[in-house]
Amino acid sequence: MNHPDLTVTLGRLKLANPVMTASGTFGYGEEYAGIVDLNRLGALVVKGISLRPRPGNPPPRIVETAAGMLNAIGLQNVGLTAFIRDKLPYLRPLAPALVVNILGETEDEYVEIAAALSDQEGVDAIELNISCPNVAAGGLVFGADPVATSRLTARVRAVTRKTLLVKLTPNVTDITVMARAAVDAGADGLTVINTLLGLAVDLTTRRPRLANVTGGLSGPAIKPVALRMVWQVARAVDVPVIGVGGISTWQDAVEFFIAGATAIQIGTANFFNPTVTMNVLEGITAFLIDSGVAKITDLIGTLRLT
Amino acid sequence: MDKNQSQFQTDPNPTSGITEPFSGSPRHIQAKVVATRRITNDVYHLSLMGEEIATAARPGQFVMVRVSQAVDPLLPRPFSIHRVMGDRFDILFRVVGQGTRILARTAVGETFAVTGPLGRGFLLAPGRVLLVAGGIGLAPLFFLAQDLISRGFCRPDEVTVLAGGRGRADILCREELTELGVRLQITTEDGSLGRPGLVTSLVQEQLEAASEPIRVVSCGPKAMLQAVAGLAAAAGCPCQVSLETGMACGLGVCLGCVVRKADTPGPAYLRVCREGPVFDAGEVFNS
Ligand SMILES: Cc1cc2nc3c(=O)[nH]c(=O)nc-3n(C[C@H](O)[C@H](O)[C@H](O)COP(=O)(O)OP(=O)(O)OC[C@H]3O[C@@H](n4cnc5c(N)ncnc54)[C@H](O)[C@@H]3O)c2cc1C
Ligand SMILES: Cc1cc2nc3c(=O)[nH]c(=O)nc-3n(C[C@H](O)[C@H](O)[C@H](O)COP(=O)(O)O)c2cc1C
Ligand code: FES
Repeated sequence: MNHPDLTVTLGRLKLANPVMTASGTFGYGEEYAGIVDLNRLGALVVKGISLRPRPGNPPPRIVETAAGMLNAIGLQNVGLTAFIRDKLPYLRPLAPALVVNILGETEDEYVEIAAALSDQEGVDAIELNISCPNVAAGGLVFGADPVATSRLTARVRAVTRKTLLVKLTPNVTDITVMARAAVDAGADGLTVINTLLGLAVDLTTRRPRLANVTGGLSGPAIKPVALRMVWQVARAVDVPVIGVGGISTWQDAVEFFIAGATAIQIGTANFFNPTVTMNVLEGITAFLIDSGVAKITDLIGTLRLT
Repeated sequence: MDKNQSQFQTDPNPTSGITEPFSGSPRHIQAKVVATRRITNDVYHLSLMGEEIATAARPGQFVMVRVSQAVDPLLPRPFSIHRVMGDRFDILFRVVGQGTRILARTAVGETFAVTGPLGRGFLLAPGRVLLVAGGIGLAPLFFLAQDLISRGFCRPDEVTVLAGGRGRADILCREELTELGVRLQITTEDGSLGRPGLVTSLVQEQLEAASEPIRVVSCGPKAMLQAVAGLAAAAGCPCQVSLETGMACGLGVCLGCVVRKADTPGPAYLRVCREGPVFDAGEVFNS
């Protein structure tokens, strides 16, 4: 059999393959340059960018848990201006689609960043991280409120023609409500899921093990939750869903495709297996050949319920 | 990828003879264990085969070792490069938890996924140097002593190693250090070897006795580093410290390993895996 067709489309954006990196776990790409052939990635998603540089939270910021980790980085990043000046020139000539994850404390901040990125050649898509506290709404995260999700998505949609992805938080009662709100407001695709809120306690000191008290759980431990949410969202909306959460092997990735993901992102696994993106890409390819599937799109959403 | 990319950046002022080892592009390899040795009750020594890492490694740099193929423990563990020989590199570690317990059971012939060399190592500079080690903190300082001598930065008698620990079992590499010809002085808290007390008392004596500023380099528990840095600052001596924090990636991307940058009005953080693990003491300890 010929090499299978791995191309997928997100809005107007065509990816050479469905393997993406997850925001905050792959830096600005260059950190992995000697380890991973970056040009083989389908898309590269950079660390969340805010309008101004953010110092982040005090340490300790990470703690290992069973088959996972908690993080409370506090969205430390170089800020929009430095990103465009220092990071974009390296990323622009690379083959993978470039997705810039953005965050803000107010709608205006998101809009300003999205507008500035819209003028940037080499930026293919904007991914809204809506797991951020909405200062105007007393700190409730945007993504936990369908009205805030809808308004934010619509306002960003109005200022950009780039592919617009909205990254949903799993820390909600019904993720499909948020999914519909984002799609109705103009999202081209949904990234599902961000981290799950968690806590770890030091027995000796009886203090939280993170300075921020709580943190986001990621890694293999969250895979079943992510997979369930991808399945729910994929059934609820008619835009592509990007599956993320706990993927560390090609088998994990294939589960996400079957559950309805059009593409997948790999996060925490980059930390414990820096070549995981390449391993997953090769594994998916071999799986399609072995099972006689000519196109990855023929696999997507093929979960058998009867 | 550029295999021959230099791991070495020279000081812009070449006449100073100071060389600062940075991490270039790290490698990710499957490294076979070629020797294991139990040094004390809870300290072990592993030799791993890995030319890409061994030839690029600079003193003070570290590797991330994935101790298990399973997902628990999930994250790789950071270890200083303890010494290199040809295409082998060694680590020296103390068993403190699940990951190091697994490593301690390693048999020759097993392989581990290793990423490295990582981080910014020690400054290599000519002249007298005081290496202050607390317990397992000797691991990277041994490599530094060896490198300073073999590269001709220092005569063996210009290198003084001050090694401190709770008891005699914490004083590592005595024979190897003696072989190198460095000056070695020891303190133990229980008095079972060398002078009873804390290593900082030796640091103070050495700094007071010196006729001109000596470079101080230290690795060990944080409280010790802080005390050593204070003594060095008071004596007007430059001081480098090697820090440890919990790490996830080792590559500078997760931003999990940070320490607060010293003497800044607002919060600012430095990544131990990237801007460190070796810092000028003034970068991380408030003056
Ligand atoms: C740059 C760097 C270089 C290092 N070099 C060496 C070395 O050469 N030899 C060596 O023995 N160790 C070294 N360490 C420390 C080593 O990484 C930890 O001891 C190891 O990760 C512990 O793993 P574990 O699974 O056995 O313990 P865990 O189960 O992860 O932890 C056991 C206990 O140790 C504590 N702990 C874990 N890591 C650290 C840490 N970094 N600092 C303080 N407390 C910690 C935990 O909080 C816990 O209480 C280095 C660390 C860094 C960051
Ligand atoms: C250290 C760390 C930093 C992260 N930073 C961001 C971020 O800046 N923006 C964002 O949308 N998601 C961020 N995430 C979430 C990941 O992109 C991903 O959604 C989540 O970790 C689940 O995937 P995983 O289990 O494969 O890691 C971060 C995750 C980790 C572990
Ligand atoms: S360990 Fe990830 S940034 Fe330092």
